[in-house]
Amino acid sequence: MANMAQAIRMALHYAEENLGVTDIFGEDVGAPLGGVFTCTQGLKTAWNSPLDERGIIGAAMGIALGGGRPVAEIQFCDYVYNTIDLLKLAGNTCWASNGDWNLPMVVRTPVGSGIRGSIYHSHSFDATMTHIPGWKVVMPSTPLDAYGLLISACKEQNPVMFLEPKALLRVKGDERIPGEPDDDRALSKMIDAPLGDRSQWKPQWPAELEAFAIPIGKGKLLREGTQLTVVSYGRTLPLCARAAQTLADEGISVEVIDLRSLWPYDWEMIKTSVQKTGRVLFVNEDTEVTNFGEHLLRRTVEELFYSLLAPPRLVAGKFVPGIGLADTLEMASVPQQNDITDALRSLAGEQP
Amino acid sequence: MSRPRLIKESSAPLPLDRELLVRIHDLMVKTRVLEERLIQMYKQGHGYFWIGGPGEEAFNVPLGLLMKKGQGPEYDYLHAHYRQSGTLLALGEEPIGALRQMKNTASDPYSGGRNFAGHFSLRKYNVAPVSSPIEVQYSIAPGTAMMQKRVGGDAITIVTGGDAGTAEGDFATCLIWSSRPANPLPVLIIVTNNKWGISTSAEGQHGEPRVSERGKAFNIRSKTINGNDPVEAYNELKEAMEYVRTERKPFLLEANVSRLYGHSSASGANYVSEELDCLKQFETRLEADGVLTRQQMDELRNRYTEDMAAAARIARDEPLPAPETIWKHIFAEDK
Repeated sequence: MANMAQAIRMALHYAEENLGVTDIFGEDVGAPLGGVFTCTQGLKTAWNSPLDERGIIGAAMGIALGGGRPVAEIQFCDYVYNTIDLLKLAGNTCWASNGDWNLPMVVRTPVGSGIRGSIYHSHSFDATMTHIPGWKVVMPSTPLDAYGLLISACKEQNPVMFLEPKALLRVKGDERIPGEPDDDRALSKMIDAPLGDRSQWKPQWPAELEAFAIPIGKGKLLREGTQLTVVSYGRTLPLCARAAQTLADEGISVEVIDLRSLWPYDWEMIKTSVQKTGRVLFVNEDTEVTNFGEHLLRRTVEELFYSLLAPPRLVAGKFVPGIGLADTLEMASVPQQNDITDALRSLAGEQP
Repeated sequence: MSRPRLIKESSAPLPLDRELLVRIHDLMVKTRVLEERLIQMYKQGHGYFWIGGPGEEAFNVPLGLLMKKGQGPEYDYLHAHYRQSGTLLALGEEPIGALRQMKNTASDPYSGGRNFAGHFSLRKYNVAPVSSPIEVQYSIAPGTAMMQKRVGGDAITIVTGGDAGTAEGDFATCLIWSSRPANPLPVLIIVTNNKWGISTSAEGQHGEPRVSERGKAFNIRSKTINGNDPVEAYNELKEAMEYVRTERKPFLLEANVSRLYGHSSASGANYVSEELDCLKQFETRLEADGVLTRQQMDELRNRYTEDMAAAARIARDEPLPAPETIWKHIFAEDK
């Protein structure tokens, strides 16, 4: 099966061939590198930009205003912060012009910890991004979801922020992307750029790729359960799934929701689950103060209070200025497997 | 490229067709009267804030007249700032739209009562939404120019801002992205230099003798002109536009202009008599050259003043947007 980076690459290839994507660009996005995580290797509309994030977001907005359909990349979300007012502007362009203009544009950026990236390659961006209205925000945790969400993003009439959990970019999926060849090695040979001289290399794209789209705003019920709900996305999602398996072995039934879309998000799915289980844990790795999980928690308390059997809880990153490089520091700063398993076990045992 | 122009001598006849001179003058008067009416509305409590461009008419009107007007990348894009009612009127907009925006009525054609005066948006003529940040348009402009270069033809992107805004990094972004050797872009980069950033004079903040000289480092053809002279502005804009249209390369044009009513209503919006008034100066020349008489010009101004007062009365009585409309147009599906 493809990994997430390959899935993104195939979706972008499909989008530039079939969905009108005109420009895939950013720092080191074009040849020869094709992206620091290889997501844009071999794409025909990929090009390298100056190392200027404001220029990248601005150009994407201009291309969208000019009738194009850009997919811009910010190399690490740690470097997107100097574009915040442009992101706000992109988010308010349709609203401020009373519907006169709209911006069909996608911004992709790798987020989160997990590669020992120290202070400036480990940031999360979901908390900040969900503070900016006018954008759709998605964050896949599997290659298939990455493919399907990117296809949807490339069909959108509005700005879409596509957050890539960098710890999962090289993880192979369990589900086959429609059109993906059966053999992983064959896929790699077809679409992964060779090491060394790439000047003569051309990818061989799988011919059967299709517009497999995952609608923005729909979560995924990854595992059904009856006693507890855990809602997560991105890097922490597989940890939640593993925790659910561990607890299942202990006789505790956990329902796992992969939110996938942060805005809009699948409140119906959360609500149905919490009304069934009465206990919910929200998990993400952005810093915990004014965290998106806090919003979900607040809404749970306000709307589902009488369905609850225990206080809803949040496991998130520590509110510290950065993620330190040392193993001990990173692991103390963002949720790890044990943190999540323990929190779920504790929530399951909580009695009024 | 500069060649001697007779126009520099006050005795020389105006080198544009009489019809065009009259049209420019008409639009300059209309713009000035509109801005004065907007200020009056603010002072009478019919609006919360005024910002605009009285003092920039001599430059902004020719700019609008010279734009290739239409929708989509085959036509010129304008990434404007908030001092450009003259350009919008020259494109053919009716002034009542600006008055409605001042009164933030539901009928405001540019933002539906959501934004300040002078914050135009006009997709049908490729006028991107004007926003209050003074620099962001410089980062966005290269994008539309890329699309124009790709579709072929002679359409260009025009981006305008003030001299104070050039201190922001987006101005450098525009210079860099427009002049990349990999893909030079048809962008006319304009700076209207009024020598002020709100209350701060440029002299104390900017060491560069001319903003236009910043283009040299990027091999961008650049020029500083007298933006208070509509004839010079028209001719220089025409020449710069022709260069950008033909060569598909950027041009940096700095136009020295006046700021006749201060930065905005926040600084009082009172007439600054020390600043050169481009309209007064132009009218003196038109009269001296026999293009228009004083009486004709007075009548024109009176007529526009009456028209604008009537339009303001209409705008004043129109309803505000309904509260539930805050949810409209967050996303384009709502159209």
